[in-house]
Amino acid sequence: MSEHLLEVRDLAVSFDTYAGEVQAVRGISFYLDKGETLSIVGESGCGKSVSIQTIMKLLPSPPSRIKSGSILYRGEELVTKTDKEMESYRGKEFSMVFQDSMTSLNPTMRVGRQLCEGIIKHQKVSREKAKEIAIDMLRQVGLPNPEKTYMRYPHSLSGGMQQRVMIAIAIACNPQILFADEPTTALDVTMQAQILDLMNGLKKRLGTAIILITHDLGVVAQMADRISVMYAGKIVESGTADEIFYNPRHPYTWGLLGSMPSVEQSSRAAKSELLSIPGTPPDLFAPPKGCAFAARCNYCMGACLKEDAPEFKADDGHMVRCWLMDERAPKVTPPVGKYAAVTGSAPAQIPAKEEG
Amino acid sequence: MSAAVMEKQVIPAQADGREPLLRVEHLKKYFPAGKKQVLKAVDDISFSIGKGETLGLVGESGCGKTTVGRTILRLYDPDGGAVYFEGTDIYKLPKKEWKPMTQKMQMVFQDPYASLNPFFTVGEIIEEPLKIHGLYPNKAERRERVYELLEMVGLNKDHANRFPHEFSGGQRQRVGIARALALDPTFLVCDEAISALDVSIQAQVVNMLMRFQRELDLTYLFITHDLSMVRHIADHTAVMYLGTMVEYGETGELYAHPAHPYTQGLLSAVPVADPAYCRTHTPSHLQGEVPSPINPKPGCRFCDRCPRATERCRSETPQLREVGAGHWAACLNL
Repeated sequence: MSEHLLEVRDLAVSFDTYAGEVQAVRGISFYLDKGETLSIVGESGCGKSVSIQTIMKLLPSPPSRIKSGSILYRGEELVTKTDKEMESYRGKEFSMVFQDSMTSLNPTMRVGRQLCEGIIKHQKVSREKAKEIAIDMLRQVGLPNPEKTYMRYPHSLSGGMQQRVMIAIAIACNPQILFADEPTTALDVTMQAQILDLMNGLKKRLGTAIILITHDLGVVAQMADRISVMYAGKIVESGTADEIFYNPRHPYTWGLLGSMPSVEQSSRAAKSELLSIPGTPPDLFAPPKGCAFAARCNYCMGACLKEDAPEFKADDGHMVRCWLMDERAPKVTPPVGKYAAVTGSAPAQIPAKEEG
Repeated sequence: MSAAVMEKQVIPAQADGREPLLRVEHLKKYFPAGKKQVLKAVDDISFSIGKGETLGLVGESGCGKTTVGRTILRLYDPDGGAVYFEGTDIYKLPKKEWKPMTQKMQMVFQDPYASLNPFFTVGEIIEEPLKIHGLYPNKAERRERVYELLEMVGLNKDHANRFPHEFSGGQRQRVGIARALALDPTFLVCDEAISALDVSIQAQVVNMLMRFQRELDLTYLFITHDLSMVRHIADHTAVMYLGTMVEYGETGELYAHPAHPYTQGLLSAVPVADPAYCRTHTPSHLQGEVPSPINPKPGCRFCDRCPRATERCRSETPQLREVGAGHWAACLNL
């Protein structure tokens, strides 16, 4: 029995297409303990959704293919499980909140029936009992008038209410792990704040572990205990929330933190250039030989183009995949974080241009 | 306070006697919504933008901010009010005179996937406004202008012969910006121009827009729901709620001292990228949702969600009034 609730080791996932093989996930490892929130951050196309959909085995195969690695849930290997066997995990042990609630709920089924489906399957209860549980779930996620909502169709609900219904479906069978794939991206800030509050409350009450996928670092700061930053199918940096926000070590993380303006910035920082990352992410049909970020990196060295960096340990548990961590590399001052070149209270403040 | 007085003072550029580039007065846009129902998307909005400035227009989805932008450009016919561009009332212009006016007012759309014609090459897309307005009648010169525009937005000549689907979201948005800049406009409406892009690409595009503003002396109406981005680029900020403007002010002042309860709720809901801050602060979030804009009730439209609402708020409609220097809010409890 492994000590972690979920452990992913060296997972690689590819899609076979007519144009060739797309290496969406290229060897990622992470773990999740009971009751904690792990956040996976990265741009679109970096493989964050693919990795969690692989864990739940939601991707059709073909075209997707697990090339290597293992997924251990409470010490049990999931990679070799058949679809039939996975059914007892999905919904019961793991469940998922998708980004787009409009297309993820079945438009032809009433909210109640969609909720009861999973409850009846996993808890083996009668239809009446399931309805009772379902209405209680709707109440728990803060929907007004749960009995009425039970009978409504998804289209008659607003985006925020639909997302609440999705969360109700996801937590109906007390899952151990809740996967949330950009749960608030489609929502307004006020609704986003309400949904995040709800998820944090449920996590505290039910002890559910959460894997949160997002590209919004503000959301991450509010939710995450630990963070993994993904780029082009690999985890380039991982650590606790404090380590990533206050002592980021990977140039990509610096870029992510720097490219976000802050509401609390000073007037001087406003209207200044944002720290942007030049260029676009690499094509995963043919990932570059060296570090995938090298082409966009201001600190790129000769070694970066030849060979991908190994995992360096910055501190206990803080992993960085960057050659700058090598002892032969020159020392650079990060443009963001606690040790940034400029002083400032907010970590995402706009830094001065890096010298040299 | 009478509305006439209000406008005079709400217009920031008039303080030094200059006519603002754009002055919007009592703009109204209603949409029919079935049996005797009216959706008041924009209900009596007034503001102005000085030359070379950026006005950030923020609010939740469905508050009418996009409708404001589109009505200003006459993409929708207004149901009332006037828009003065460089002193001329553009709604009164006959069709003939309106066309040359559109050269100066252009728009960058939200969705870089839907706003570019998939059957046109990028070169043709950027060329189209030049053709419509009969600029650069010489074909070779026109091509040169297209190449110049592509280079301005960080693309190159070779991209002109490609189709939109060959580009990433960030590159497409650059094409959209090049098209908007083709006619050398003075005023750009950026309607959620960066919302569909990734964070790192957003920063690239925003930096580019700010550079163009400096170099080409552009004026922006920047419509977005991203409050942090508005804080970063806008000189003035206007907050909309259900078709009405609830607060207006200089950006730094408005963010530091939000006066309207809605603005306060909106700002407290923006996640702060600082874990230590999040652990120590538990902001009180706005509850509930935006009510339907169809046949709104009298009184303050925010009163159902407002923590400070009183009986008076349900009957009396608040008007914008000055709460600080150049800082306006529409709330009865101030």
